[in-house]
Amino acid sequence: MSPSTPPSPRDGIRNTTVEALVAAIILGLGLVTATESWRLGARWTDDGPGAGYFPFYIALVMILASAGILIQALRSRRSDTDLFVDRASLRQVLQVLVPAVLYVLAVQFVGIYLASALYIALFMVLLGRFGWVHSLAVGLGVSAVFFVMFEVWFKVPLFKGALNPTAFLGY
Amino acid sequence: MAELGSLMQGFAVVLSPMNVLLMFVGIILGVLIGVLPGLGGANGVAILLPLTFTMPPTSAIIMLSCIYWGALFGGAITSILFNIPGEPWSVATTFDGYPLAQKGQAGAALTAAFTSSFIGAFVAVVMITFLAPLVAKFALKFGPPEFFAVYLLTFCSFVGMGKGSPLKILVAMSLGFALAAVGMDTVTGQLRLTFGSTELMRGFDFLIAVIGLFGIGEILLSMEEGLEFKGKQARIDPRVVLQTWKELPRYWMTSLRSSLVGIWMGITPGGATPASFMSYGLAKKMSKDGAKFGTGQIEGVVAPETAAHAAGTSALLPMLALGIPGSPTAAVLLGGLLIWGLQPGPLLFVEQKDFVWGLIASMYLGNLVGLIVVLTTVPLFASILRIPFSIVAPVIIVICAIGAYTVHSAMFDVWLMLVFGVIGYVFKKLDYPLAPMVLALVLGDKAEDSFRQSMLSAQGDLTVFWSNPLVGSITTLALIMLLWPLIAKLIALARGPKDDELAAQRPVD
Repeated sequence: MSPSTPPSPRDGIRNTTVEALVAAIILGLGLVTATESWRLGARWTDDGPGAGYFPFYIALVMILASAGILIQALRSRRSDTDLFVDRASLRQVLQVLVPAVLYVLAVQFVGIYLASALYIALFMVLLGRFGWVHSLAVGLGVSAVFFVMFEVWFKVPLFKGALNPTAFLGY
Repeated sequence: MAELGSLMQGFAVVLSPMNVLLMFVGIILGVLIGVLPGLGGANGVAILLPLTFTMPPTSAIIMLSCIYWGALFGGAITSILFNIPGEPWSVATTFDGYPLAQKGQAGAALTAAFTSSFIGAFVAVVMITFLAPLVAKFALKFGPPEFFAVYLLTFCSFVGMGKGSPLKILVAMSLGFALAAVGMDTVTGQLRLTFGSTELMRGFDFLIAVIGLFGIGEILLSMEEGLEFKGKQARIDPRVVLQTWKELPRYWMTSLRSSLVGIWMGITPGGATPASFMSYGLAKKMSKDGAKFGTGQIEGVVAPETAAHAAGTSALLPMLALGIPGSPTAAVLLGGLLIWGLQPGPLLFVEQKDFVWGLIASMYLGNLVGLIVVLTTVPLFASILRIPFSIVAPVIIVICAIGAYTVHSAMFDVWLMLVFGVIGYVFKKLDYPLAPMVLALVLGDKAEDSFRQSMLSAQGDLTVFWSNPLVGSITTLALIMLLWPLIAKLIALARGPKDDELAAQRPVD
């Protein structure tokens, strides 16, 4: 799948691949949970069942069930050629997911209000092809509404960020 | 008839100006949530839950349950006008609702949908009024083994009655239980599965999971479909309403049947989505116009809507009487009870009479208010759907982020929400059901406690779950449910295959 190949409807990630991958990850999680529960004491202790007793058996169910799915997925590798997601759709999804990750990263530094205003405005300009003025107005407007709702009415302080650029507002 | 007296007292609690106002606010927010993609009953309530921490519990539950009714109503609007189900339980409504709208009868379809929703909910609330106190009284005698057996039955029912791969249901469920185990162990005080991380010491809050799985996951899914809302215009004319109302009594049999299907599926954790499909299928088989279903029959709108609403309402019965929610939204409401300092379960009916009967009374009034609100404001909500997705999507993600942050005032939770969003997207696409996972995450600690207590008292002897006829029959029923996929396969082998024509269209939830 090099970028130079022309995109066709059959181009993308195969269903069975994702199916097997997810089952393998869950199988791994199950194994980690089982060993950790065993370490905590999955057996009967002096004062009753240990802390790892219940999670251990849960992990066993997880391991068996995910192993079953993994085997099913690997078996149907040839016959099942359905796509999990084709290229165009994957692009669409990443167009939302990547900005969302950047947004949360921005929140970490400049706080929820400023990051939200910028995120909404940039999203509108870059993906919705709106004008800058219009987009900034919507972004700032939405942020202002949230500010009034949370900080003023409900008195629930939201995250102001490591740099706290909205400190001048006094909240 | 002690229930009627208590109910009247409940009405007295609810009918304060503040509570009635909250009811309207809740319904309007709920319809909005039901209409917008990416916001549904469960995560809508989850996002707004932190805002109610300071309210009195009764007012808070009135507002939150009204959001739930509103969301149930709202799903029908998008199904009928835009052929896009706003909620999984309104998929079946699109089969006949959208063709009706195409024929220019959107008003009649919407009126039928809203009215049947109301009727379904009403029948279910009447059932709750009289049955819930009985169930609670009965459950007062329950000990840990009985409670664990009921939990077991709840989870095994997902395997027995769910659609899709039983292995995937088991994986989703055990993942939920494993996530619930993370953090401090309530019995021994040991830290479990935190791997030395201080952020993980808090454990995984199910509210974060709900916001991520249903909110962000849903947005990613709708983005993939390249959502563009091209809908039919709708104005509901009072004359059309009256005309449709005149026509509706003809379908009383369908309404009654659908209500019963809904109530049954709601109490057992089948949920609103399978209820709506089952009821549509039954109506198609039994109606004399069955062959015309799918081309725009009012009856085809009545059946799924009545059942979905009846199921959504009945899901609150086990939550109130036993402390075991029947749906993800009921699970979120249950989480709310815990946060407000109320212990859900049979004792609620004894210790918190005002709260319980206030809630039940608000179900009657909330649905009536809901019916009035949706009948009058459909054009408004339909126009909201015409706001471009490139504005709606980032705003919804911002709302989800704020909701996730307010739960514990922790930025780590916002990152966690994104992770759950991706999990939700992948799981939805691979047909892993999300409801059992959320319910396991909510009930994990309580199920574990009752299991450990039973084990302690029986000194590790598993036969405690068959120690008396009551607990024995619940446990046996649970095991039958768990093995049902295998049993069904054997029956099918013996009898020859029977095909279910609606099965392919039903979403896994």
